Amino acid sequence: MIELERVAYTYGGAELFADLSMTLAPGSFHFLTGPSGAGKTTLLKLCYGELIATAGMVRIFGQNTREMDRDQIALARRRIGVVHQDCQFLDHLPMAENVALPLTVSGRQEEADEYLEDLLGWVGLSGQASQLPPQLSGGERQRAALARAVIMSPEVVIADEPTGNIDWEMSQRLLTLLVELNKMGKAVLVATHDLNLIRAAKTQVSARVLRLRGGQLQAAGAEL
Amino acid sequence: MSDWTSVLVGDPRADRMVPKTGFTVQLTVFSAAAMAFLAVFALALSLATERLADRWSAELARTSTLRISAPQDQITAQTEAALRVLQTTPGVGSARALSDEEQIALLEPWFGPDLPVASLPIPRLIEIVEVGDGFDATGLRARLQAEVPGAVLDDHTRWRAPLVAAADRLRALGFLSLALIGGATGAMITLAAQAALSANAQVIRVMRLVGATDAFIAGAFVRRFTLRAFTGSAFGALAGAAGIFFLPEADVAGGFLTGLGFEGLHWLWPLAIPPLAGAVAYVATRAAAFRRLKEQS
Repeated sequence: MIELERVAYTYGGAELFADLSMTLAPGSFHFLTGPSGAGKTTLLKLCYGELIATAGMVRIFGQNTREMDRDQIALARRRIGVVHQDCQFLDHLPMAENVALPLTVSGRQEEADEYLEDLLGWVGLSGQASQLPPQLSGGERQRAALARAVIMSPEVVIADEPTGNIDWEMSQRLLTLLVELNKMGKAVLVATHDLNLIRAAKTQVSARVLRLRGGQLQAAGAEL
Repeated sequence: MSDWTSVLVGDPRADRMVPKTGFTVQLTVFSAAAMAFLAVFALALSLATERLADRWSAELARTSTLRISAPQDQITAQTEAALRVLQTTPGVGSARALSDEEQIALLEPWFGPDLPVASLPIPRLIEIVEVGDGFDATGLRARLQAEVPGAVLDDHTRWRAPLVAAADRLRALGFLSLALIGGATGAMITLAAQAALSANAQVIRVMRLVGATDAFIAGAFVRRFTLRAFTGSAFGALAGAAGIFFLPEADVAGGFLTGLGFEGLHWLWPLAIPPLAGAVAYVATRAAAFRRLKEQS
């Protein structure tokens, strides 16, 4: 689905990482961990085509991102649900419309009415559909972001520090939702520095943990 | 759905993605209205000068003047001789000597109403109206030289050409003004669109993250600016047309200035301004949006 082959990324003359390889297979669950500034978010952006590798090759659904134009990248993103740490909402639109954005930009907004109710119920936000994003709590925003990420029934779900701004109980709820998605066959990639979350996840799902450190990507040891 | 259809029909949910706040709304509508108002006057000027050029060209091309300068005791005989020559000249439809009253009326603007015409050696003027392809001026001059030595033929060529050229130049300036107004409208819309695109950089980022194509993102801005330009220019064109309508009627004394306006079906021309302004806005916003989206990628 998503393959990184000997990928390097240089920003402002500094090499963030080099010779990095990784594959996200269907139904897989990966955690990406590492210290702040190691390049986790950059690596995720390479995976959904927001950034282009300076060397090596990133393939999204078999296409080399360097050879894809902006519209091809956009079409590929409809198959990848992304949850950002800061959620990235349009603050002037009610939460339900924000969740339905991927359908709207795909010209399938008529499907929104069909999915929204169930989806908002799944993430526990049925009562907040008409609220604006600034009116929601951090946990509600993260769950809304997850609902938006999956409304197109994507093949891959990528989450960048999804529990960074929420309490442990809410983190557990979010993790449960990600695990449920994985059990539906979605590939899940979660960047987090929350080791407790990773430990909790490993009790529910077979997850592979990758550590990004010093520009190298390594499988994490048994301490997790 | 074609681009033009989507501009007209729109997509309410897509439209809502870009917030409607911002000074560019009023700026675009006001500028489009002002430009349309000016465009109506430029159009009226162009059409008025076109009519003027046509009229001058037609009237002067179809008439000539024969001037008989002779001693007072011979002037009547030479006038009659000249009329006889003209009656047998192919291409001359009619020829008549102007009366004393008509000649006084011609001189009155320069010499006043009390001119003693009878005591002055004023030449007699004969007005010639041409038919068909007109007459052979060179041949007529040769015949007149032989039979009416005091006759001088003026076929108006000498002063008709610069008048028509001036009217043509004025008309061209009117159309140039229209082109400049169109260009200025495009530039203004481009600046406003750039400002809107910059102000909504975060909106564009979110739209991209959820899989919006460039055409979809650009469309949200293009439709908005096209409709604003159309609405503003509709108000401007209406105000301009009303201004032209209430101009004073044309009269003999101020024939050209008061003749500025539209006649008959020409009143339909201002109706073309709002769609043209919309088209300019469509092209300008689309180009600005795609350029900005390319820069931001």
